[in-house]
Amino acid sequence: MELAIRRQLVPRLIGATPRAGWVALAAFGLVAFVILPALHLLAPAGSRLHVSGYVITVGGKIMCYAIVAVALDLIWGYGGILSLGHGLFFALGGYAFGMYLMRSIGREGVYQADLPDFMVFLDWKSLPWYWRGTDHAPWAFLLVVAVPALLALVFGLFAFRSRIRGVYFSIITQALTFAAMLFFFRNETGFGGNNGFTDFKRIMGFSVTAPATRVVLFVLTAAMLAATLVATRYLVRSKFGRILTAIRDSESRVMFLGYDPLPYKLFAWTVSAVLCAVAGALYVPQVGIINPSEMSPGNSIEIAIWVAVGGRGTLVGAVIGAALVNLAKSWFTAAFPEYWLFFLGLLFILVTRFMPEGVVGLGRRLLGGRPA
Amino acid sequence: MRALSYLVLAALCARAAPAFALDEGVLSKLASEDSDDKIAAIRHLAAVADPEGLRVLRALSREELQVAGGRLVIVDGDRVLDAATGRELRPAPEARDAITINNRVRRELGGALAALRLFDPDRNVRLAAAQELMRIASPATAVLLERALEKEADQEIRSLLSLARAEVGLKAPGPAARVGAVRALGASGSPRVRSLLTPFLDERAEADATVRREARKSIDAIDARVARAELLGRVFSGLSLGSILLLAALGLAITYGVMGVINMAHGELLMVGAYATFAMQGVFERFLPHARDWYVVAAIPAAFVAAALVGVLMERTVIRFLYHRPLETLLATWGVSLVLIQAARMVFGAQNADVANPSWMSGGIDLGSSVVLPWNRIVIIGFSLAVLAVVWLLLNRTRLGMFVRAVTQNRAMASCVGVSTGLVDTAAFGLGAGIAGLGGVALSQIANVGPDMGQAYIVDSFMVVVLGGVGQLAGAVGAALGLGVVAKFLEGWAGAVIAKIAVLAFVIIFIQKRPQGLFAVRGRFIEG
Amino acid sequence: MRSRELPAVLLSAALAVASSLLPTGARAGETIKVGVLHSLSGTMAISETALKDVALMTIEEINATGGVMGKKLEPVVVDPASNWPLFAEKARQLVTQDKVAVVFGCWTSVSRKSVLPVFKELNGLLFYPVQYEGEELEKNVFYTGAAPNQQAIPAVEYLMGEEGGGAKRFFLLGTDYVYPRTTNKILRAFLHSKGVADKDIEEVYTPFGHSDYQTIVANIKKFAQGGKTAVISTINGDSNVPFYKELGNAGLKATDVPVVAFSVGEEELRGIDAKPLVGHLAAWNYFMSLKNPTNEAFIKQYRAYAKKKGLPNADKVVTNDPMEATYVGIHMWKQAVEKAHSTETDKVIAAVAGQTFKAPSGFVLKMDETNHHLHKPVFIGEIRSDGQFNVVWKTKAPIRAQPWSPFVAGNEGKQNM
Repeated sequence: MELAIRRQLVPRLIGATPRAGWVALAAFGLVAFVILPALHLLAPAGSRLHVSGYVITVGGKIMCYAIVAVALDLIWGYGGILSLGHGLFFALGGYAFGMYLMRSIGREGVYQADLPDFMVFLDWKSLPWYWRGTDHAPWAFLLVVAVPALLALVFGLFAFRSRIRGVYFSIITQALTFAAMLFFFRNETGFGGNNGFTDFKRIMGFSVTAPATRVVLFVLTAAMLAATLVATRYLVRSKFGRILTAIRDSESRVMFLGYDPLPYKLFAWTVSAVLCAVAGALYVPQVGIINPSEMSPGNSIEIAIWVAVGGRGTLVGAVIGAALVNLAKSWFTAAFPEYWLFFLGLLFILVTRFMPEGVVGLGRRLLGGRPA
Repeated sequence: MRALSYLVLAALCARAAPAFALDEGVLSKLASEDSDDKIAAIRHLAAVADPEGLRVLRALSREELQVAGGRLVIVDGDRVLDAATGRELRPAPEARDAITINNRVRRELGGALAALRLFDPDRNVRLAAAQELMRIASPATAVLLERALEKEADQEIRSLLSLARAEVGLKAPGPAARVGAVRALGASGSPRVRSLLTPFLDERAEADATVRREARKSIDAIDARVARAELLGRVFSGLSLGSILLLAALGLAITYGVMGVINMAHGELLMVGAYATFAMQGVFERFLPHARDWYVVAAIPAAFVAAALVGVLMERTVIRFLYHRPLETLLATWGVSLVLIQAARMVFGAQNADVANPSWMSGGIDLGSSVVLPWNRIVIIGFSLAVLAVVWLLLNRTRLGMFVRAVTQNRAMASCVGVSTGLVDTAAFGLGAGIAGLGGVALSQIANVGPDMGQAYIVDSFMVVVLGGVGQLAGAVGAALGLGVVAKFLEGWAGAVIAKIAVLAFVIIFIQKRPQGLFAVRGRFIEG
Repeated sequence: MRSRELPAVLLSAALAVASSLLPTGARAGETIKVGVLHSLSGTMAISETALKDVALMTIEEINATGGVMGKKLEPVVVDPASNWPLFAEKARQLVTQDKVAVVFGCWTSVSRKSVLPVFKELNGLLFYPVQYEGEELEKNVFYTGAAPNQQAIPAVEYLMGEEGGGAKRFFLLGTDYVYPRTTNKILRAFLHSKGVADKDIEEVYTPFGHSDYQTIVANIKKFAQGGKTAVISTINGDSNVPFYKELGNAGLKATDVPVVAFSVGEEELRGIDAKPLVGHLAAWNYFMSLKNPTNEAFIKQYRAYAKKKGLPNADKVVTNDPMEATYVGIHMWKQAVEKAHSTETDKVIAAVAGQTFKAPSGFVLKMDETNHHLHKPVFIGEIRSDGQFNVVWKTKAPIRAQPWSPFVAGNEGKQNM
């Protein structure tokens, strides 16, 4: 039985992405799995070919963002649901995994105590109940997936059942992430307040700062990104994806045809949230900090902007958008520290004004293709 | 408190003292580094109670007393007077050091000046002095209070003075006098008086049963008064917060509610209004220093025009191309907000701008019982109602308003009957932006003015509009005031952070129940 | 999407990513690069922009007088945009890509905590110029701001004394983050040691960016009816304006209930009308109003710099404590490099210990031989109507920092590296 499903699923997965897509993925894999890691680990530090740890961490960070962008593209580009609260799911995943990383510090913290430093500082004598079991990696992985999934499910269930759509939905998701940010800011909440979690020592027994660990995380992130692309591609190409797109275009008509839009929207929404959470979990050990500012409404708006810049409803556009905007930001903030907000702001204005289909749409127009 | 016994003397000979040059030795002590010396000198000057001395003390309290070449001088605007004689010094000495005072000295000065002013011909000066004395009432002031009460005709000042006298009377040896004092203090609304009365409930401290009974009655009366005042204060602070939310959200109610534009740069339009207020303050200080207090009034049209211009510019260059793509206006206007923030930072600097309350908006109405209703908040509540009225009239009683409503309800039809929809859009967006600018004027009077200030209001503003129901002015009013009052009551009960979270959670849940907001418009177009 | 385009798009994106991330290969020549890591945008720009300016001014000054070991300093300014993960990323960029010898930067505790692992891993060097909560001592960091015992405790002692009004009750008000929490924890223990009972201490926190202080000011008033009260404010940045405005309008005068603040200096007061605030206090290790030749030269230099660079409001610029700490830090680093004849981190760290510098505060400051903190004088100032401070109390000599406060349990025997 299981084999049969697998026999069906694998060719379908493969079939959903065109051959050229697989070639591109292979090229990406070559760069991300082989060339960059090899150059980082093997080339001597002085050589021109050496890839520094900075490149690896920035690259890893951007790929995490790319996963989030693809997740948002799934519901916005295909489902017509614009979430301005995806930063919340990203942060929840990060926090869940961060709890494990905090527990892994053991007694190496400033106070050499069994509890994380910030709890010692608050004079807490024992772990709060929701921290129980977080020293076990499998439980942490489960939390990474389950907590955001549950929140998305409950929130989505109520919101979609009440038929909250469009701008309304965007605004209440924004309120949700804002409320969560305030909640996590509180020191009493038990997640380190404004400082959040930082100064991690090791992950699954390996030092977080070792080049090899960093490369493994980088490769894992790249693999996750590739898998996300293939899986979402499959999803949007399937019957499910077509109905989702139909709901986006005319929800009432889909209902008159006898479909209940709720489970479709809810599933896409929950999958999207879980993808964000996994990206968040990969993000935290690479950047070394998670704190409530990840939940600020501005961060979530930025995710939408990555998708818009790359091109909505194209999946790969989300990746390109995330990479472009973040690289531009990294470069601008160092090259023009005083003016970069002008550039970034103008970029957003010009893209929405003149490139409604983003970079991918522009590329298509230049190549003479017609819109898909 | 020894100071006050000197003040009694001062009171007795307030007018009688002839004008003479002040003792240089005493004056030089005012310039001493040691607070004890300064206080001794203040007491001396207060005891002499000469008008010249009063002027020196007043100058000291205003930081206008300085040392120039070993002698004390009073700096009065451009003039420099010799402190001892009051004669103007010409040429004014250049090298001067200000005499600094600390809180201890300032307190002493406050008491001395209040006692001297209790006999001032101006009623308001006497009233302020009586309030000041209320705070420092003690047996030493008893004689002073009696003298003042004899001369005083004004009812309000009399009641203050008799309360102060009653406080002193609590220490009287005879039970009858104590009963009188305790009974009189029942008219007070101050928790401080309550804590003075509390010992009289105790048998060990108060032997007389009548006094104990009267103390109980008085305390109950005070408690009731305090509770009422606190409730009033809480409702007021809720209304005040609500009026601020309303001003912040009203512009959005037009641009988003009526036009369907999600303007993430709305907060920055508030900022433009606030900076316009700041600029107007600068203009008044520069060119009209005498009318400085009225800069706020002049800032109202300036802020409206500045924000409206920015809004019109935004509409003509960006938003008009995105009317059919509402979610994308969100992204473009976010870009606009980044640009506006950075522009403000480069023009005005990253630091907060200093916008001062004009004097008529400073201070507040003291309800006693430690509840004060600040003038700036009262003015803002009134201002928000006025703006609301104007907006309502504009939308419902003018041609422009009719056009706006027409375009909102059916763009194609409006266009067919000859409404220039493009111009109406621009005008409506400009109006919404201008009203945001007015909100900025109000915000500048209570909060900080800086490049980032708008970001703090964007989520709240959207909450108000969504909760009120899109396109509903009445809904926005109800939502703003409701959220304000609920937030303030929650804050008193659970703290500021939880209150804020609870309000957000409430809005999220409420929207689930009533997706169209408080005042839903029934109609098919909502399904559109 | 048509199949032909996908590879082109994906490949070009991958190439763009890879090529833009490759190291530029530029090597430091006859200059020494120094990093400046302060937020120029976002919420912290309000405070940190001035530190960037003063750092650039100091670097210019050093270059004008011959540089360091004959080499000019080349500042590398980046904008971490008040975004804490970006702080870590930018720190890594400065150390590994730009190969700076030292970084001057950070303001908030969380930004410092965020960059710490990077500096430890890469063995970089950070000079941190802001008063902070202590409970930390890292080999790679020099702290030129105050530890709690160099700011908070002297201020409370002053309030309890006769000159300060003999406060008996204390209202501890702060923004809910680690600096106020730690400071208040230390102060509570300190107040206990002075015989103040818990019922006379009230501790209240507000969220970041809180702007409505009506309820809290009313509560302060009520609390103050119970006896001579002082407010200890660790409210952060932007929230100070609405707090002080509310305080002024609610009629709470400094003579009745003095408020002493640890995060309000000349720069913050620029954004507030100071007239209603006269007499409220602040405790710092430097005030612009200090009268001594070094300070006058420092202020003159900064004013001239602001004018030259056309900074906004150049005619009204002020100096404050973290700016002085930045200035002192850069000079101490320069002296240490010259002593060590090297910019290598470990050699410089060894050489910074024991450095002295005549600071604008009028005192000769010394970097402690062992604990990476400066010995600093403490000043308590009362706000004047022009937004400056009158110094009403000061220490006789600089005092040594106690990053591990003796008032926090478990810190015994942790004073040194």
